[in-house]
Amino acid sequence: MPKYKLRINGSMRVVDALNADKPLLYVLRGLGLTAAKFGCGLGQCGACTVLVDGTAVQSCQTTVAHAQGKAITTLEGLGSAAKPHPVQAAFIDEQVPQCGYCTSGMIMSAAGLLSQKRKPSESEVRSALDVNLCRCGSHVRAVRAVMAASGQRG
Amino acid sequence: MNAPLKIHRFSRRALLKGGALTVGFALAGLRNDASAQGAAAVSRVLDNKEVDAFLAVNGDGTVSVYCGKVDLGQGLRIAIPQIAAEELGIGIDKIKYVDGDTALTPDQGRTSGSNGIQRGGMQIRQAAATARKALIDLAAQRLNVNPDTLIASGGEVRPKAGGAGIRFASLIGGRRFDLKLDPKAPLKDPASYTIVGKPLRRPDVASKCTGTAIYVHDFTVPGMQHARVIRPPAIGASLISVDENSVKNFPNVKVVRIKDFLAVVGEDEWTTERAARTLRAQWSDWSGLPAQDRLAGTMRADPGNTEQSLVTKGTPVSPQPQTAKTLSASYFWPMQSHGSIGPSCAVADVRADAATIWTASQGMHDNQVTYARFLGLPKDKVRLIYLEGSGCFGMNGHEDAAADAAILSRAVGRPVRVQWSRADEHGWDPKGPPQLLDITGTVGADGQILDWRTDMWIPQTTKGLLNIPLLGPQAAGLDNIVGLNTGLISQNGDPPYAADHMQVVVHWLKEAPLRPAPLRSPGKPANCFAVESFTDELAAAAGIDPIEFRLRGLKNPRGIELIKRVATMMKWQTRPSPGADTNAAVARGRGMSYVHYKHSETFVAMGMEVAVERASGKIKVERVACAHDCGQIINPDGVRAQVEGSILQTLSRVLLEEVKFDRSRVLSLDWSSYPIMRFSEVPKLDIDLVDRPNEPPLGAGEAACAAVGAALANAVHDATGTRLRTVPFTPERVKAELNGKPS
Repeated sequence: MPKYKLRINGSMRVVDALNADKPLLYVLRGLGLTAAKFGCGLGQCGACTVLVDGTAVQSCQTTVAHAQGKAITTLEGLGSAAKPHPVQAAFIDEQVPQCGYCTSGMIMSAAGLLSQKRKPSESEVRSALDVNLCRCGSHVRAVRAVMAASGQRG
Repeated sequence: MNAPLKIHRFSRRALLKGGALTVGFALAGLRNDASAQGAAAVSRVLDNKEVDAFLAVNGDGTVSVYCGKVDLGQGLRIAIPQIAAEELGIGIDKIKYVDGDTALTPDQGRTSGSNGIQRGGMQIRQAAATARKALIDLAAQRLNVNPDTLIASGGEVRPKAGGAGIRFASLIGGRRFDLKLDPKAPLKDPASYTIVGKPLRRPDVASKCTGTAIYVHDFTVPGMQHARVIRPPAIGASLISVDENSVKNFPNVKVVRIKDFLAVVGEDEWTTERAARTLRAQWSDWSGLPAQDRLAGTMRADPGNTEQSLVTKGTPVSPQPQTAKTLSASYFWPMQSHGSIGPSCAVADVRADAATIWTASQGMHDNQVTYARFLGLPKDKVRLIYLEGSGCFGMNGHEDAAADAAILSRAVGRPVRVQWSRADEHGWDPKGPPQLLDITGTVGADGQILDWRTDMWIPQTTKGLLNIPLLGPQAAGLDNIVGLNTGLISQNGDPPYAADHMQVVVHWLKEAPLRPAPLRSPGKPANCFAVESFTDELAAAAGIDPIEFRLRGLKNPRGIELIKRVATMMKWQTRPSPGADTNAAVARGRGMSYVHYKHSETFVAMGMEVAVERASGKIKVERVACAHDCGQIINPDGVRAQVEGSILQTLSRVLLEEVKFDRSRVLSLDWSSYPIMRFSEVPKLDIDLVDRPNEPPLGAGEAACAAVGAALANAVHDATGTRLRTVPFTPERVKAELNGKPS
């Protein structure tokens, strides 16, 4: 079986995949990194968002072959309860998630945005999160959290 | 403000024993962690009339609280411990919380109808009050004093006058109360509350934000296989043949066929999924669905419908004054999906004599009965364990996925995880049913409602159904539930305002086009959309300001207060609707609605400000103001989150959502054909929570949903002079209505 070398959350991992088209999402979840969620497999909902070389991408639309050699960051690698990333800390502080199924994707999209623009406008935050669907209605808190994480507490 | 409450789950090893009543606790957030240390062993009482079913004082001074209602993200994991800790007299950090396990928690009914706190929480409050009285009595005996001189606080019973107390653990630690819930056990005075009413943080949030929360989708057991179920291309089609050779190149996968039930089971998830997509099968034709473009007419004309009078009040005024105006209008709410972001998933381990099923369903104990039936096992040999899933808001595919997993686990003799696809969830989740309402009303020049009649056409609900008919058992020819389950969808068909004469008649339809199931706030978003829109139509006909009109007809002081609060929040200008500039290219307006949920529960008043772009028909909701009274508030941040969610989810339903189907199948199978609201469309929300500590707590998870449709339609009418009576308010529909060419 072909092997692929991936740099995931700072560690080199070698994974087997039957074919080069295997989505990165399935690779990550197979490694026990289950924060990225399967939502649609179509690139429509953002639940599987991770960072690839610092850019937020939908891991259901990224193949293992494409991810090879790139730096992949998942929610688990972004920070921990003891040492959260500023976006994670703000999401906890604002008590954003309800069911939380979409939360990982939202946080990764927001982290991707803030790594490219330190002080985005509220409208830019909304645009960056437009890829992330949420059924519980945690949107208002999520936007507030991202603004707070960028030092723009309203 | 952050309470270090721990959630207690059980070790994987204990879970796998299946049905064992003595288990070791594990301390691990949401994660089922086999390496976590055992803390206590408790032999469980499950009779929900017994205090011991809900509470156990442990030898180490902690108190275990067992709740049959589950936390779907709505915050019971903090609210229920707040109730229990407060009533018992112990710090919330001493509460160990266990929920949703049929082997460990009492049957408190399905987690539905927004009654987690209203019913479930109040049972636990009464259990805690009974326990507190018992602890005080025990201490009084030991100290040889009058119980009235003692108080329970901080996990001990001590003299009110001061002095040393006795810890709960030394009074009863590790032993049972052996007491029935006492409905007369005195409750604490809300004025003395120190825990209830505080916005304590939910214990699951940090794990959800850092990736350590384990959802049912993430859960694995040793030896588990992955499965995909292949649903037919037409709803009622049967399976003619399967070409197993078509997947012979996929390693370690197996085709399972049981009558019309078809699945692929394998070791690797991606391989299994690809095999399921590749598998060739021949299905029969089927085209039994009604035509979607004629659905309302088909419902109204259904010869099978049974009429039932739900409300008859007063007598018609005769003759009616000459200035009176009579109006009629028809409103339609389409079938909608639960729209869960994660397609349903479940894990099952079915053995010859017992089964364990891990599921995110709202109905643990009800499902236990259902699954035992089709598996042919005694109920007490089927254990359901709740793991959080993607928000379901009623019965999405969770119940079906768990049945799929159980059928397949039995077939392959291994634990099986079933993951639905996006198309499975959109296509096969049971749907919120269609609702058609006709209203006729007469209003006097002074705004008095002289006559009101609502006729509603809705699918009937079969009495006593614990579940819905399930797809897997149906296809596999197993014992299945027969009937329709829609939830209580006929409530709130009458306005809460005074009327000389009022009637509500329901025409129960024998069938629903697609399999129905309760969807958040069952029926009420449609009924209140119709009733509160028509109320506005009467107000406009009488030339009276919509708030003034409602206040004239409303008696309930709690309702009146909310409407006035919304008027203040909106800086409401008293004038009739529509406004002056209805032909503007971007027409702006405001509207409101008021709901007394089920006429007996939570009160909601809601105002909206909208901008309607005439050229495109696009509605932009700019602001929602909501005043909300659910009685005693247990956790204000939890209530606020529920109200935010109710408003945004229902706005999505009203603006965007309709299941599309042809004569054979659902066509809206993804998020582009069934879109939901995205971040850019989310309005500003202003929420005003009225806390009434001396009133019973009422549900906060649904009521606000009911007020959304009419507040929006009324605002659009105020802006444009055009009345929207069919949901969803898509730009195409709005544009057609604005141009006088209704679709």
